[in-house]
Amino acid sequence: MIRVLLAAFFILFGAATAQAVLPDEMLPNAQQELRARGISANLRCLVCQNQSIDDSNASLAKDLRLIVRERIVAGDDDKQVVDFIVSRYGNYVLLKPPFQMDTALLWILPFALLLIALAVAFAYLRQQPEPETELGDAQNDILKSE
Amino acid sequence: MKLRMATLLPLGLFAAMGGVLMVGLNHDPRVMPSTLLGKPVPSFDLPALDPTQVGLKSAALKENGVTLVNVWGSWCGSCRYEHPLLMNLAKDKRFKLVGIDWKDNKPNADQYLNTFGNPYAQIGTDESGRTAIDLGVSGAPETFVVDKAGTVRVRIPGPLTPEIWAKDIEPILKEQGPAS
Repeated sequence: MIRVLLAAFFILFGAATAQAVLPDEMLPNAQQELRARGISANLRCLVCQNQSIDDSNASLAKDLRLIVRERIVAGDDDKQVVDFIVSRYGNYVLLKPPFQMDTALLWILPFALLLIALAVAFAYLRQQPEPETELGDAQNDILKSE
Repeated sequence: MKLRMATLLPLGLFAAMGGVLMVGLNHDPRVMPSTLLGKPVPSFDLPALDPTQVGLKSAALKENGVTLVNVWGSWCGSCRYEHPLLMNLAKDKRFKLVGIDWKDNKPNADQYLNTFGNPYAQIGTDESGRTAIDLGVSGAPETFVVDKAGTVRVRIPGPLTPEIWAKDIEPILKEQGPAS
């Protein structure tokens, strides 16, 4: 039973991580290939926009993967490779947008909203009147006797 | 009074957010700004589709006044939709319409042009797709307006329409004046 489960797990897991990168695209140098994979995982495919070019089967994604590898072989460092693509397609191709003037709102807003929400919640909780506590029997007795 | 402020604040925030999201509804996420606007057209030297003609060179674009560079392919459905407009534009003498046949092969491209007509003064073939990537093309059709100085002025992703033409391209042709 365990074996069957394991087999099923590996079949499913294997399918889920099936890669778009074809064997003939890969660089012979394993370390360079690893760098290429890392860079492509962070570049957006322009055809299927929520996939990285590493995940996408689109032919434009394949062309971009080849360019990434070409630049690596040409001796570019990772940043130069990314800049090469960004200079053609803009920051849009970066799956993680950089922090700069026009993206400041994007990065800061969630934290700002959280702070505002906390401040509002704090102010609200403070102005709530103390809940009336039920009087114990002893206190009721005292009240009655008065 | 304090209570009223507190009750109005979420309403105000909701309205502001609704406003932002409503603007977002009209924003096509597939239309991205081009990094080329205001910059010289990237250099390319493409072989002509018709081997008896000269190839399409970026350096030659400057010599011809305003150029419309249309990226197309025989495999591209929206290009067919756009094609009748291109056939009309081919008659306009204020600019030169050239084509980049993107990721295509000659038999298919020839058949396409024989069927629908050839609006292009010149066609370069980009089988590898490298020039398209240098231009930042994400899909066909895509059209660039290159002015007299060889500067990219407009990028239109997707098919051209008379509305886009009037709004984005006509003003530049007016500004650039008659073809030199």
